Amino acid sequence: MSQTVPPAAARRVPPPVVPKSRRPWRSSTREALTAYGFVAPFMVLFAALLVVPLCYAGYLSLFRSQLVGGDVFAGLDNYRRALDDPLFREGVLRMARFLVVQVPVMLAASLLFALALDSGRLRFPRLIRLGIFVPYAIPSVIAALMWGYLYGPDFGPFAQLARDVGLGTPGFLSPHWILASLANIVTWEFVGYNMIIMFAALQSVSPTLYEAAAVDGAGAFRVAWHIKIPAIRPALLLSVIFSVIGTFQLFNEPKLLSALAPQAINTSYTPNMYAYTLVFTNQEVNYSSAVSFLLGAVIVVVSYAVQLASQRKARRS
Amino acid sequence: MRSPTRGRRSRLLATAAGGLALLVLAACSGGSTAGSGNGTKSVDMAAELKKPATIEFWSWVDGIQSEVNLFEKKYPNIKVKVVNAGQPAAEYPKLRTALKAGSGAPDVVQLEAHEVSSFTITKSLLDLAPYGANSVKSKFLPWAWSQVSQGSSVYAIPQDTGPMGMLYRKDIFDKYHIQVPTTWAEFATAAEKLHKADPKAYLTNMSPSNGASYTGLLWQAGSRPFKSNSATSFDVNIADAPAKKVSDYWSGLVKSGAVSTDADFTDQWYRGLASGKYATWLTAAWGPLFLQGTAKGTSGKWRVAPLPQWSAGESASGNTGGSTSAVVKSTKYPAAAAAFAEFLNSDPASTKMLASKQSLFPATTALLNDQSFLSTSLPFFGGQKVNQVFSDISKTVSTDFTWSPVQDYVFSDFNDTVGKAMTNKQDLTAALTQWQKSVTTYAKQQGFTVGGS
Repeated sequence: MSQTVPPAAARRVPPPVVPKSRRPWRSSTREALTAYGFVAPFMVLFAALLVVPLCYAGYLSLFRSQLVGGDVFAGLDNYRRALDDPLFREGVLRMARFLVVQVPVMLAASLLFALALDSGRLRFPRLIRLGIFVPYAIPSVIAALMWGYLYGPDFGPFAQLARDVGLGTPGFLSPHWILASLANIVTWEFVGYNMIIMFAALQSVSPTLYEAAAVDGAGAFRVAWHIKIPAIRPALLLSVIFSVIGTFQLFNEPKLLSALAPQAINTSYTPNMYAYTLVFTNQEVNYSSAVSFLLGAVIVVVSYAVQLASQRKARRS
Repeated sequence: MRSPTRGRRSRLLATAAGGLALLVLAACSGGSTAGSGNGTKSVDMAAELKKPATIEFWSWVDGIQSEVNLFEKKYPNIKVKVVNAGQPAAEYPKLRTALKAGSGAPDVVQLEAHEVSSFTITKSLLDLAPYGANSVKSKFLPWAWSQVSQGSSVYAIPQDTGPMGMLYRKDIFDKYHIQVPTTWAEFATAAEKLHKADPKAYLTNMSPSNGASYTGLLWQAGSRPFKSNSATSFDVNIADAPAKKVSDYWSGLVKSGAVSTDADFTDQWYRGLASGKYATWLTAAWGPLFLQGTAKGTSGKWRVAPLPQWSAGESASGNTGGSTSAVVKSTKYPAAAAAFAEFLNSDPASTKMLASKQSLFPATTALLNDQSFLSTSLPFFGGQKVNQVFSDISKTVSTDFTWSPVQDYVFSDFNDTVGKAMTNKQDLTAALTQWQKSVTTYAKQQGFTVGGS
């Protein structure tokens, strides 16, 4: 998953308004230039590595390139085909299923850890915080390889343990369980990351609220439920949105596990894997671009729906 | 994924052949027109090869530098830079990306035989005919040559081959009184018998992720899934009668659970080979040495036999795996690159070294009849002369098998159709029809004219 967006977006501060007449125009131009100079490195990279490739992919998606016959303008044909493509649809639905189960479990665990750390009742809080966060620092490729070993039906420690106590060999990599096994890896990787977002938000809640609650006779659980959780609502929403995006873009983990369990994870298992296969196996760059754009659209729609639902709920309460 | 399988094909045995190739082709090239590529004009190779050149060669064969040194010694003005761009599954995407980008492609590249037409259709490979390739034709097995040539055009030089045989565990066969099956009917009976006697053992494993190996079995049965009509038109007959016969047969064994369906080249599969879970491995001539490296603990317990036959008394086999060296069209030094591909795979010293040091199974008739090659006995196989067995099998591989120009897709889709049916213990013949359908659809989308059932 690629949940690497920095958690806190800096709030934009409007520049002080200075009446033009009181300053020579040169000075304000110079200031503006300086400002542009500061943002230029970002803008250049942003344009070169995101905007231009995105436009190029969009352009490509409007063509059809065949092994025989070359390139022809296809308009929206690729998009029409993708909407009708059972492999793409299956991948998206599979990720939707993943989302509905994995994201709540992961975020609930993150929230629990964050609240526990914030309560100040744990010993060695720094050590625990670090311990929970460390999996996020491990590259997902290595995490997937490691879990692939742990899941192994022959050498895997879980399988050996299960056999020793007479439970038979668990099929972590079987077609039936593979989605759950993937969910477990992703949860392990990102629980700490989300915990840090929530923990940071909890730290900025004003202590006066807790004092007031204590005066009113609220216990720790009541404070958590009625004050802390509502107070970090924006942080929770951020975690949900990142998780939605990351889930639909799932690639590394299933791609690596497919080497261990090709019968359980096919080449179109997730939408991103499908896009990859389309380019490198099927040589359909144009169609792959269209699939990627549609995937982007799915993510935008779902993220927006989540945000909308959350706002509506906030308004009601 | 078939990716892990492919590299292993390269760990093979031996090649030798007509090494005067270059001298011959140099002598033959009187008319000196620079290669315009129409296959009729030839290039003055002798003159071309004196010019300084530097070429890049992609190969996943470990230690191929030794053979490259032989070439550089013979042509001191030509430098060859060897790059290991990874196993096939890694190399092809890199090659395709470089070709698409128009820069970064090598001059000479290792391709599996079944990939050659996929790169020919994108017009990425140089026709080697004007560079004397046809003069080495007679050195090679006819069926290996037919896979790299189209009419008089030659798009790659065969490097090694993978005729299929059966590696079996003699100790397990002896223990359960199983005769070495010579027909598929006997094989099925033996499979049921073994699995009944030991529910943890299987006579063989049918991999749901190895379309190339399954295709080898189809090849043996006489299935001809593809027939080329022209550069842009081919017939797809994946579900032809022999293929249905093979799939019906394996459906029965898979459904009854008498054979296992583990994905091959995975940890579990390696373990199965080593532990005696699989009593046979139906594989290519590159299999024996691969096995020797993988299941060291079972040394001395294995033997080699030809594949079981569809009718008693027949001797037929298929091929799976095997590589070639192709020249990329964008090369700046076509003559040097072509000469290198030809030398590497047909020079007697080079081919012999490929066989003895790199363990590639030969594609040249000279080496396949070479006594020192044939008489090598392997202790891992109880001292059996394994090369002799596979050399004999090699002669029974029918020559008229051809690949599709969309082979990447064909193998990838195998996993989603026939492979999926294997895993789910469903009817393989129905899946075969699905495979046929999706390959046809894909080929049509790619602009081919597709015929066939």
